[in-house]
Amino acid sequence: MVTDGATARIPSPDIQRMVTWVRANLFSTWYNAVITIVLVYGLISALVGLAGWVAQAQGWPAAFTNMKLILAWTYPNDQIWRPQLAVLFVAALLGLSAGVWRGVVQLVAIGAALTAGILAVPAIGLPEFAGMVGLPSWLALATSVALLLLGIPIGRRAGGWLRWVLIIAWITAYPIVILIVRGGIGLPVVETKLWGGLMLTLLLAISGIVLSFPIGVALALGRRSRLPIIRIFCIAYIELIRGVPLVTVLYMGSLLLPLFLPGGESVDQFIRAMVAVTLFSAAYLAENVRGGLQALPAGQTEAARALGLNVVQTTFLITLPQALRAIVPLLVGQSIGLFKDTSLVVIVGLIDLLGAAQNVVGQPDWLGTPGGVWRETFLVIAALYWVFSFTMSRVSKRIEDSFAKSRH
Amino acid sequence: MASGIPRISSSSIPFYRDTRIIAVLVQIVFAIAVMAGCWVLYQNMIAGLARANLLPTFDFLNVPASFPIAESVIPYDPSMSYWQAFVVGLLNTARVALIGIVLATILGIILGIFRLSSNWLLSNVAMAYVEIIRNVPLLLQLIFWFYLTKMFPRVQESIAIGDAIFLHNRGVTLAWPEPTASFASWLWWLVGALLVAVAIYTVRQIQFRRRDRPGVAIPYAILGWMVIAGVGYVLTTVITGTAPAVLVFPELQRFNFIGGATVTASFAALVVGLVIYTAVYIGEIVRSGILAVSKGQREAARALGLTQGQTLRLVIFPQALRIMIPPMTSQYLNLTKNSSLAVAIAYPDLFYIANTINNQTGQAVPVIVMLMVSYLSASLFTSLLMNWYNRRIQLVER
Repeated sequence: MVTDGATARIPSPDIQRMVTWVRANLFSTWYNAVITIVLVYGLISALVGLAGWVAQAQGWPAAFTNMKLILAWTYPNDQIWRPQLAVLFVAALLGLSAGVWRGVVQLVAIGAALTAGILAVPAIGLPEFAGMVGLPSWLALATSVALLLLGIPIGRRAGGWLRWVLIIAWITAYPIVILIVRGGIGLPVVETKLWGGLMLTLLLAISGIVLSFPIGVALALGRRSRLPIIRIFCIAYIELIRGVPLVTVLYMGSLLLPLFLPGGESVDQFIRAMVAVTLFSAAYLAENVRGGLQALPAGQTEAARALGLNVVQTTFLITLPQALRAIVPLLVGQSIGLFKDTSLVVIVGLIDLLGAAQNVVGQPDWLGTPGGVWRETFLVIAALYWVFSFTMSRVSKRIEDSFAKSRH
Repeated sequence: MASGIPRISSSSIPFYRDTRIIAVLVQIVFAIAVMAGCWVLYQNMIAGLARANLLPTFDFLNVPASFPIAESVIPYDPSMSYWQAFVVGLLNTARVALIGIVLATILGIILGIFRLSSNWLLSNVAMAYVEIIRNVPLLLQLIFWFYLTKMFPRVQESIAIGDAIFLHNRGVTLAWPEPTASFASWLWWLVGALLVAVAIYTVRQIQFRRRDRPGVAIPYAILGWMVIAGVGYVLTTVITGTAPAVLVFPELQRFNFIGGATVTASFAALVVGLVIYTAVYIGEIVRSGILAVSKGQREAARALGLTQGQTLRLVIFPQALRIMIPPMTSQYLNLTKNSSLAVAIAYPDLFYIANTINNQTGQAVPVIVMLMVSYLSASLFTSLLMNWYNRRIQLVER
C-alpha cells in the first residue's frame, strides 16, 4: 500500500515514518494486529463509559464541599495559616538547598514543585472554608511552587554561608514544623486529636521517615558489627518487625505503649501511631542502609584504615556517606511506601486522608444520592495519593538514572 | 592471635585502650542497658495491668468464645473456645494467602509478559495499569472493592457474568467442579499420575546432574501429572459412561443458588484487591528478571540454532527464574501480611479475630504475642522453604 507503482501518490516522509512505526509497533505480526484491534476497541469503550459516568455522577460535591475535612480534618479554620506556613517553610528550605547542592536535591525540589503545581490547578475551583484565616489553597500551593523554583537561582548565587544556615535549618526543621502545627511558645495549642486528613497523612509519613532515620542507620551498623551481642539484637529487631504486618505494629503501639509507661498515663493517639510507624520504618530503612554498605567495595574501608582513621571515623566519614548517597532512590521509594502505608492508621482509629474520606462518604447529607457518593469521594482521594506517589516515584527514577550515568 | 605476631606484654597497653577488652565491655553495657530497659517497661506494664486487674494469662483460651464468625474452613460455632476461634482466623488467613498467591502469580506473569510485548499499545496499557495501581494505597483499593460489593443486587437479581459467575449481595457464586459417581476410579489415576510425576522429577534431576547442567525439573513433572490425569479423565469417562468430575454451574432457585461455590463479599473483595495489587509487583519482578538475562545469552542461543521457544525455555527462563525467586518470596510474604487489612472490610482473618478476642477479654498482651508468633512463624517458614529452593537452583560457581 505504501508504494504501489507509479500511480500511487508518494507519501510525505512524515507519514511514511508514521506508517513504518505503526507497522513495526502495532501490526508486526497477525496476533499483534489482533491484540491492537481488540485493545483499541476495549480502550475506547472503557474511556467512553468512564467519561459518561464522570459526567453524570452526582456525588462530586461530596468531596469538594468537604475538602476542608479531607485536607485538614477538624484543624481550626482560623489557624489554617499554620500548616500552610509549615509547608511554605519547607518549600523555601528545599528550594534554597536545591540551588546550593543541585544534583539529587534539585531533582527532589523539582518533583515537589511539580506535585504542588499539579494540585494547585484543581484547587482554584475550591470554595473558601468558612472563617478561614490563611491563603486560599491554590495560592498557598502556587506560593510554594514559586518558593521552590525561585530558591534554586538564589541558592546558587549565595555564598558558602548559606550552606551552613541551611544545614542548621534542616536539623531544626522537623521540630519547627511540629511547633508551628501544634503550637506552644506563644501560639495557641492545637490538640493532635483535631489533626487529620491529608495533613495527618503527610505528618505521619514525614515523622516516620525523619525519626526512623537515626534508628535505622544505627540498626544497620549494629547488624554489621563484629560484636555478637549487638549484632544479634539488631538482627532480632529487624527480622521481628519485618516479619509482621504494619497493622500489628500499630496495634501494639496503640495497646501496649500506654501500658509501658509508669502510672498508666494516656498517650496521645497520634504519638502512638507515630512511634509505631517509626519503629516499623526503622527496620526497613536499616535493611536499605545495610544494602548500601554491603555494595561498597572493601577497598574503601581498607584504604581509610590504612590512612590511620579509626573505626568511628571510617564509618562516619568514609563508608556511611557513600552508602547513604547510593541508596537515595531506595529511600525515596521507602518514603512513598510509608506515605501509602500510613492509611492503615484508620484501623487504630486515627482520621487520616482515607479516614476523612470514609467519614465524608458516611455523612447523612448524601443518603439521597443514588448509589452513594463513595465512588466519587474515593476517586478524589485516590487521585491525591496518586499525584504524590507518582511524582515522587518519577523523582526516584530520575535520581537512579543520574547515578547510573555518573558511574560510567 | 597467630603465633608469628610478637606478643605484647599485657602491661604495655592499659586495659582501657585494649580493643578486645573494650569490645567485651561495650557489649556487656549494651546487654545490661537493653535488659534494664525491658525490665522497666515490663514492670510498668505488669503494675498497670495489675491495677486494671488484667494480669496476662493464657487461661482465657479455653473459655467459650461466644462470638459468631461469618466464614470458616473448619466447623465453628460460638460455643467453641477462644483457642478454636483463633485457629479459624489462622486458617482464614491461610486460605486468602494461598488463593491470593496463586492468582497474583498468574496475573503477575501475564502482566510481566505484556509489559515486554513488542506491541506498543499492549505494553503501554500494562504500564498504565502498573502505575495506577502501584501509587494508590492498598487499603483504599480494598475498601473500594468492598463498597462495590455492597452495590450488588439481591440474589434473585444477581449480575451474571456468563453462566459461571454470579454477583449478589450475599457474595459471589462461582461454577465449581464436583466429583461424580465415577470419581473413585479416577482417583487411582490421580495417585498414579502423582507417582509418575515424582519419577519424572527424579529422573530429570539425575539427568541434569549427570550432564552437569542446571535445569528446572518441576515443569516436566507437572506436565507429566497433567497428561496422565487427563488421559485418566477421558478413559474413565469412556469406560464408566460418566465424567468423574464435572463443572457444576450454579442455578438460581427461588431463594438461593443450587450448585457451585459461594464466597462472601468480604472474601471476594479481599482476594480481588490483594491480587490486583500484588500482581503489579510480581509483574515487575518477572519483567526485570527476563530483562536481566543478558542479551548475549539470547543471541548465543539463537546462533547455536535453538528455536525461539527453546531459547526461552532452556536459556532465558531458567536464568530469569534464579533472579526472580528472592524478590518473589518477599512479595508472597507481603501478600500474606497485607491480608491483615481484611479487618477493614470485615473478613474474619487472623488479625480480625485476634482483635475481637482482645476486645472481649482485654488480654492484650497474650493476644499480641499469639498474633506476632503466628505471622513470624509464617514468614520464617516461607523464607526457609524459598531459601532451600533458591539454593537448589542457584548456579554453583566453579
